[in-house]
Amino acid sequence: MDDLISEFVTECTESLGLLDQEMVRFEQNPNDAGILSNIFRVMHTIKGTCGFLGLGRLEKVAHAGEDVLGKFRDGALPVTSEAVSLILECLDRIRTLIEALAETGNEPAGDDSAIISQLRAMAEGKAPAPAAAAPAAAPAAAATAATTTATDGGFPVAAELLEECAAAEGDFPVAAELLAEVAAAEQTAPAAAAPAPAAVAATPAPAAKAPPQTEARAESNGPGQGAQSIRVTVDVLENLMTLVSEMVLTRNQLLQLARANEGSPFVESVQRLSRVTSELQEGVMKTRMQPIGNAWNKLPRIVRDLANELGKKIDLVMSGEETELDRQVLELIKDPLTHMVRNSADHGLERPADRTAAGKGDVGTIKLSAFHEGGHIIIEIADDGRGLNAEKIKAKILEKGLATPDELSRMSEADIQAFIMKPGFSTAEKITNVSGRGVGMDVVRSNIEKIGGTIQFVSTYGKDSTFTIKIPLTLAIVSALIVKSRNDRFAIPQIAVQEVVRASARSEYRIETLKGAPVLRLRNRLLPLVDLASTLTVSDTPMNEGYVVVCKQGGSLFGVVVDSISDAEEIVVKPLSSLIKNTPFYSGNTILGDGSVILILDTNGLASRLGAGVKTVETANVVSETRKDVRNILLFKAGQGLKAVPLSEVHRIEHFDMTKVEYVQGQATIQYRGRLLNLATLAGSEGIRTQGHQTVLVFGSDENQAGLAIDTIVDIIEDELVVARKSTAAGLLGSGIVGGKAVDFIHTPYFLAEAATHIETSSNTIAFGEAA
Amino acid sequence: MNVVDLATVRNTASSTDYVTFTVGGQHFGLTAIDVRDVLKTQALTRVPMAQREIAGLINLRGHIVTAVDLRRRFGLPDRTSEERPMSIVIEHKGEQFCLLADSVGDVLALSANDVEPNPTSMDDAWRSISKGVVRREQGLMIMLDIATTMNLAA
Repeated sequence: MDDLISEFVTECTESLGLLDQEMVRFEQNPNDAGILSNIFRVMHTIKGTCGFLGLGRLEKVAHAGEDVLGKFRDGALPVTSEAVSLILECLDRIRTLIEALAETGNEPAGDDSAIISQLRAMAEGKAPAPAAAAPAAAPAAAATAATTTATDGGFPVAAELLEECAAAEGDFPVAAELLAEVAAAEQTAPAAAAPAPAAVAATPAPAAKAPPQTEARAESNGPGQGAQSIRVTVDVLENLMTLVSEMVLTRNQLLQLARANEGSPFVESVQRLSRVTSELQEGVMKTRMQPIGNAWNKLPRIVRDLANELGKKIDLVMSGEETELDRQVLELIKDPLTHMVRNSADHGLERPADRTAAGKGDVGTIKLSAFHEGGHIIIEIADDGRGLNAEKIKAKILEKGLATPDELSRMSEADIQAFIMKPGFSTAEKITNVSGRGVGMDVVRSNIEKIGGTIQFVSTYGKDSTFTIKIPLTLAIVSALIVKSRNDRFAIPQIAVQEVVRASARSEYRIETLKGAPVLRLRNRLLPLVDLASTLTVSDTPMNEGYVVVCKQGGSLFGVVVDSISDAEEIVVKPLSSLIKNTPFYSGNTILGDGSVILILDTNGLASRLGAGVKTVETANVVSETRKDVRNILLFKAGQGLKAVPLSEVHRIEHFDMTKVEYVQGQATIQYRGRLLNLATLAGSEGIRTQGHQTVLVFGSDENQAGLAIDTIVDIIEDELVVARKSTAAGLLGSGIVGGKAVDFIHTPYFLAEAATHIETSSNTIAFGEAA
Repeated sequence: MNVVDLATVRNTASSTDYVTFTVGGQHFGLTAIDVRDVLKTQALTRVPMAQREIAGLINLRGHIVTAVDLRRRFGLPDRTSEERPMSIVIEHKGEQFCLLADSVGDVLALSANDVEPNPTSMDDAWRSISKGVVRREQGLMIMLDIATTMNLAA
């Protein structure tokens, strides 16, 4: 393809994206002459360049569009939604033509007379007739635009005027465009520095830039200011990045050698090499950085179209567009982000009438912001819409069979809301044109997790939802924890790691088992564990000592049990070979500093493994005695000594959020499956906690239930239940020996009776154990 | 056809070079053009949960290469711990792999006439990975079909 044409294509693709954005802004502020002149100028440039390059079709369309814009500028034509739609349609046509141009190098054959005549009619003030046709044609044009992918070979840079280039060519072809580019990066720079920002800046341009065209021409005559940047193809950068990644690995290897040979004369050189490598890596990474605004520039248009289509009023507020991240990451989050903004607009925000009814302003707001935090970039998508309806989600969960009513009843609202991220879940009631095609948030989540990111959200029903995405700045190099499990070493990406806990039988943290499923008590919460060695079927013997790497995935915490932590290292993630790609639990592999190959664990996969493990614990709760004399006995602590109860008498073991405890007539209760569950305690125990979580044993059936708040669960063991000594204390059956330890047996009928009488007589607080 | 006369074969223009190797006492041949490298035993990182034919991953000059144990692939008993396999590095579908064999022998030049079709009595599993058989003094040599060998699902 002709160099000029390919350059033109690159620039137009970029400036069209900006034009979309500008048009939407213009529609909102029709009196802003600054925006209008930006738009006008870009359109004019396209038209002019097309003529220059002999692209007749494009020129005609752009010309007709420019006429309408000219009328806007002269105030001869009111800025109506129809007119803006028509201009957007005109832009879509230009885009389609440019995409075809990018593919074939030639303008495609075709007829634009319909749109041109509409535009002409609009320019002449005959708005109504073409306006009716415009909305119908627009989706079609948008669809074609969506199906053809732009072949953007180079970096999208500032949309400088091609005339400038042409004028400066032979002299110093890049200078003018570079100036424009630099200026675009520094949008705050004074207008006099360069002409381009007025055209390209996504943020409001200072009013001082009003007559940019003349400046542009003046600037193009002064290319002598020197090149401050050059255009480089993406391939070159990609290749550089790969090389630098390899170099970092080799550097790590050398460092390791140097560490082993303290006195060696090479040590100093290696250290210097190391420093230079780090700088080089940083430098190369910088070349790949792009402002996140590039991934956003299509959003205002999408939101505008959606708002029109759905009959909603939506205000899209964006901040932090200048936040930079690796272009590879940028490409990968583009689609998830678009999907999420669509979701917010479609499902999140209500219609104006509903909003007014809910006491909100009729314009819904979607706030998109990005900022850096540590080695990560945080993107927030917030809307002040209806929030997530936990009840609706519950119904859907049951309908899809993703959880049982029992499981649901012990989940917090946040847990239930988190289901929207689970596979096979989509709350959209009706399939709209916009979203709800069955691909829901789980796709977004897996896409984000694929690039080592995490997604979390907070939603208040009826009020708002905020989604927070945390992604690494770059994919090429990540820091990882190197862990050892038996004889194998694995890398765990540090983004997933919350903390590392040393667990041993003697320490504060002990690995316990709940019916075969290992758990760890970590600051008042039970952390489900994945034993790496047994998960990978390397070993059958479960570990009770070692390190627990606490990972966070999909909003839930779990621990990975390993033998030891060897190191933390920067690693270059390499894709898995096709032969082992489908093996679960690995997300990639890498070469460590010592030259050995190591597998990178996929914490997502490990977490899903856990799902199965957790289930077994829950079903185990209701397992009744299998052998005649030997029963499953639950041992727990509540006050002095060990307490025991046959597991068959325990309906469920709950882990309640104690801030939800309510006092009814002085009695501690908690809302449990639509009923009030009385919470009792044993004398000498911690009592009812006022904050955090507490384990509660639920006795009885659905009709009559009683809860016993306990301190901690110790174990479940199989043993004979023999009451050796009767007890007179209320709530206690007597004492005996279980698993070689003296225990007090709980008399569950007592609690049930108390709960039943409490309902009838509404007596005061029952302090079991003291009552008798 | 009789035992191949190597001297005459080498002079035939239409001959193809084969790398010979043994796995569990059986001779195999692999078109030399497919072979990138032959290496001594490398440090292997095993891959728990992978198919049993996957011996592990090796670091081949900065590239991670998956090693396939041919003994396991051909359903032969495992090597004892003292026996050190040889690595034959091949390229298949744009990716490098490493085949673990017991020993690697000469490079032979054979013409298409030297290769006989698989005998009908041949074991099904072996027949699928064999492109034909060559009679040599040391015994029969199986011409390895890389495509089917690398298709572990089969």
